[in-house]
Amino acid sequence: MKIMIPVDENSSQSKICVSFGRAPYFLIYDTDSDESKYIENTAAESQGGAGIKAAQIIVDNKADVLITPRCGENAAEVLNAANIKIYKSMNDSIQENLNAIKSGELSILNEIHEGFHGHHGGRR
Amino acid sequence: MKIAVLSGKGGTGKTLVSVNLACISNDSCYIDCDVEEPNGHLFFKPEIENREKVTVKIPTVDFNLCNGCRKCVDFCKFNALAYINNKLFIFEKICHSCGGCLIVCPQKALTEKNKEIGEIQEGFSENVKVITGIMNIGEETGVSIIKNLLSKNIDKKHHVFIDCPPGSGCSVMESVKDADYCLLVAEPTIFGVHNFNMIYNLVKILNKPYGAVLNKCFNDRENPAEEFCLNNNIKILQKIPYDNELAKINSNGKIAVRENENYNKMFEQLLGKVKEEVRHETTVNY
Repeated sequence: MKIMIPVDENSSQSKICVSFGRAPYFLIYDTDSDESKYIENTAAESQGGAGIKAAQIIVDNKADVLITPRCGENAAEVLNAANIKIYKSMNDSIQENLNAIKSGELSILNEIHEGFHGHHGGRR
Repeated sequence: MKIAVLSGKGGTGKTLVSVNLACISNDSCYIDCDVEEPNGHLFFKPEIENREKVTVKIPTVDFNLCNGCRKCVDFCKFNALAYINNKLFIFEKICHSCGGCLIVCPQKALTEKNKEIGEIQEGFSENVKVITGIMNIGEETGVSIIKNLLSKNIDKKHHVFIDCPPGSGCSVMESVKDADYCLLVAEPTIFGVHNFNMIYNLVKILNKPYGAVLNKCFNDRENPAEEFCLNNNIKILQKIPYDNELAKINSNGKIAVRENENYNKMFEQLLGKVKEEVRHETTVNY
């Protein structure tokens, strides 16, 4: 099983990133080989639609599972269409979350937020 | 002459200023570009003579022609397209209607369809032509509605008053694009001054002549907006008092210059100063 997680840095010392679409890196962890790989999130610098592009990256890397603290509705639509399961991270530790998903302790992410698009410039 | 009225923060007095100026000016046109929540019509109560829908172009895909090359996905700077499980996904609300995906598609699998995003209403209130843009609930951006509003054929002799959206984003930039002069409305709060600073920077970047109207002024209290104007050499064209009478007129949906002699004079005066400023700009810059 391939698990992907948005992370702040490209090392095992990294914490899980609070943002999915604009996380600097993604960790790809393969449960079969116990191997970890870090890839850059090219969606992070997008003008808009970062969640969609980030989700496309998750799909293209053939992940089975995404562990993330939050996820927007557009990204969720992409991930659902690719049958990728979205789990909610329990804290910001990569290792603890990987352990938790292996023992079935993580739960599916239920709150999908509406995204932050269209708020540039601000109102009121 | 086209005057854009903007403020940064909402509830500062853009509509108060633009509605009253339009009202006091002969043969004027009031355009409400605050398409997310237009409210000028609540004061003017115009008889609507014309309604038209505003549409934008959105790509649509012919799955028989699409070969999954993903050129459109890679091209879109707004990430409005995704390719999943051998199928192209189009996120209509993210799309900015640039049409680029159609151009880069080698299969000619993409075509455009119209999507309705709002309405424009035109009518009259006494001598004022009132044009209102209304964006449908749930839409992401009203920029194309504003473009349509400002492309309306308006008699050159009319003075045009543009009631801008709050903020300093894309929709505000679109609203002031063709303005001859920008009236910046400020209120005496720290928050107000913060956002006032943002539109002040915006009109400078856009190279627009500008002046300030200070709203909700107390005689005996500090006014951080006035201080900001003085520190930055921003010309103050008018100070409007914090006044129960004015608030009452406004909250009843009435127009101050039609109800109250003093306010009639005040806005007449402001209009004179604005005209003077615009005339001055024209002679200096052209």
